[in-house]
Amino acid sequence: MAEDREVLLPDVAGRATEAAELQELQGEKMVLNMGPSHPATHGVLRIVLELDGEIITKATPDIGYLHRGDEKIAENMTYTQFIPYTDRLDYLAPLANNVAYVLAVEKLLGITQQLPPRCQFIRVICCELARISSHLLGMGSYAMDVGALTVFLHTFTEREKIYNLCESLTGARFTTSYTRIGGLARDLPPGWVEQCRQFCKEVVVNIDETETLLTRNRIFVDRTQGVGVISREDAIDYGLTGPNLRGSGVEHDLRKTQPYLVYDQLQFEVPVGSAGDCYDRYLLRIEEMRQSVRILNQCLDKLPGGPVNVPDGKIAMPPKDRVLTRMEELIHHFINVTQGVNAPPGEVYFGHENPKGELGFYIHSKGGGTPHRLKIRSPSFVNLSILPKLLPGHMVSDVTAILGSFDFVMGECDR
Amino acid sequence: MHALELAQQIKARFGPLVSEPVEFRGEITLKLDDAERIPEVCEFAKKELRFDYLVDITSIDNYGDDPRFTLVYHLYGYGHLCSLRLKAELSEEKGEVPTLTSVWRTADWHEREIYDMMGVRFRGHPDLRRILMWDGYPYYPLRKDFPLSGRLTDLPEVAFTQPAPLAGGPFVTIAGGKDALSREPRVRIPETDALETNARLERRQDIKAAHGRSHGPGPVGPRPLGGDHG
Repeated sequence: MAEDREVLLPDVAGRATEAAELQELQGEKMVLNMGPSHPATHGVLRIVLELDGEIITKATPDIGYLHRGDEKIAENMTYTQFIPYTDRLDYLAPLANNVAYVLAVEKLLGITQQLPPRCQFIRVICCELARISSHLLGMGSYAMDVGALTVFLHTFTEREKIYNLCESLTGARFTTSYTRIGGLARDLPPGWVEQCRQFCKEVVVNIDETETLLTRNRIFVDRTQGVGVISREDAIDYGLTGPNLRGSGVEHDLRKTQPYLVYDQLQFEVPVGSAGDCYDRYLLRIEEMRQSVRILNQCLDKLPGGPVNVPDGKIAMPPKDRVLTRMEELIHHFINVTQGVNAPPGEVYFGHENPKGELGFYIHSKGGGTPHRLKIRSPSFVNLSILPKLLPGHMVSDVTAILGSFDFVMGECDR
Repeated sequence: MHALELAQQIKARFGPLVSEPVEFRGEITLKLDDAERIPEVCEFAKKELRFDYLVDITSIDNYGDDPRFTLVYHLYGYGHLCSLRLKAELSEEKGEVPTLTSVWRTADWHEREIYDMMGVRFRGHPDLRRILMWDGYPYYPLRKDFPLSGRLTDLPEVAFTQPAPLAGGPFVTIAGGKDALSREPRVRIPETDALETNARLERRQDIKAAHGRSHGPGPVGPRPLGGDHG
């Protein structure tokens, strides 16, 4: 007969204290360079880990490998010309970035209230599709990092459908550049609404199946529960946003607290975690996807008719047939292309609830068609800044679980 | 408006240090006279007025003006859901402000980024290193006098120092330039840029005065035969 024995394993905090206490007794520590090219770093994040055996004693993230100088580039072109660059920030949710950027410019122009209802509903649909797509990928790679490969293939299949929708909507699968200042590049193609409804039906099934693969999966739970715990205070102090903030119990979603577009006319819940660990962040994303489907269904039901662009030729491009036949529209077209929209001097900040967190654009304008300074407040950049505080005390194998649960994108972090 | 009340409270507490609140597009901005006292004001905003979330820190380069730099702080409170913008100016000679890392820890990376991109130093910062560019990089790329085409840096045997294939970029646009070459130059030069911008703004003013509207046809004048492309 095997004898029952109780084994006490120190938790994360205990291990951290132990590691600090034993510092003098230790021999040499090992420095492990993780990344910049590592499957679990989702891009080009490099973390220099200082190890005592398997336990991390110090973590120094090193970012900037994907720095392209987007903010500098923005100062050198008109507002409209920068839209394609926003595709490449969080390249897993380009539609949401497009919307966030044009909303900031429209805020500067003071035309937010004039946006046609159809345009606003379509933009919300874009944002929520982007959220589902981003979470599907984020969750798939998260599960893969902690050893469940099936989930990745499963969610990727569903994500493919979103890309097909994107393709028929915008002409591109990845680099959508769909929004325009004061409107959209084009209206919905015929039959798109039905395709989207069909997708909403299918994705719910997929989310349920994904849950059956993970939520009560013993290995997954063991690797994520109690790992990477972020307290409510730390989450606020380090400026975390999005699911990472809500996972720690802060009920804050810009769609609810600073409603933009038509979010105040839609019913949805904001899920909030309690423990602030990796498992909570996973559960939260699952629920957020369900809520996004709910928003999508409401938008598709309520979708009004009418134009998608503001009727002002000085802001949105006039229709091409009129440009070719009428003088005034031709002038507007010409001025819009060569000089850009005439923004007033001033400054605005617009924060948008992106799938990864608060994507903010701060625009400082001296007037004219080019921003004097455009700052991108990217959620991934700020979310990653907590790593030096969070990682010490964890095992090396926990790093992949924590990074997976953070769901960051380096394109946006490094800009 | 609630955010305005909070701004008034800061104004009441610090008096002449803080300017009157300015509202633009529903956002409240306060300007601080002395960049040295940013932490003090922020401490008050956080502790007394519950601005518990530092959204962002940004810097602006007002090239050609004095003081040259503006620091912009965005504050937000999860309790009252109000946001506030603080601004302070900083001259190039000084180039240093006290850090905010003791108030919000999220200031750490924001300040490192500003140091990296704009060259403003933060006194008391625990780890003021470059963050996006590499250690030892000699320039500050977001300054207006740093060319878009970049500058060659010597990293012998580490990285190549040839111009990148698209250095200067064919995608540069200076809106409203007088011909295609000035609208889409190969390389931007800040000195002529400023002239160009002023000339453009004046032109717009003239057109506005003449037609009573901001948009109008560009300047009409004789054009060289053969177009702008040479």
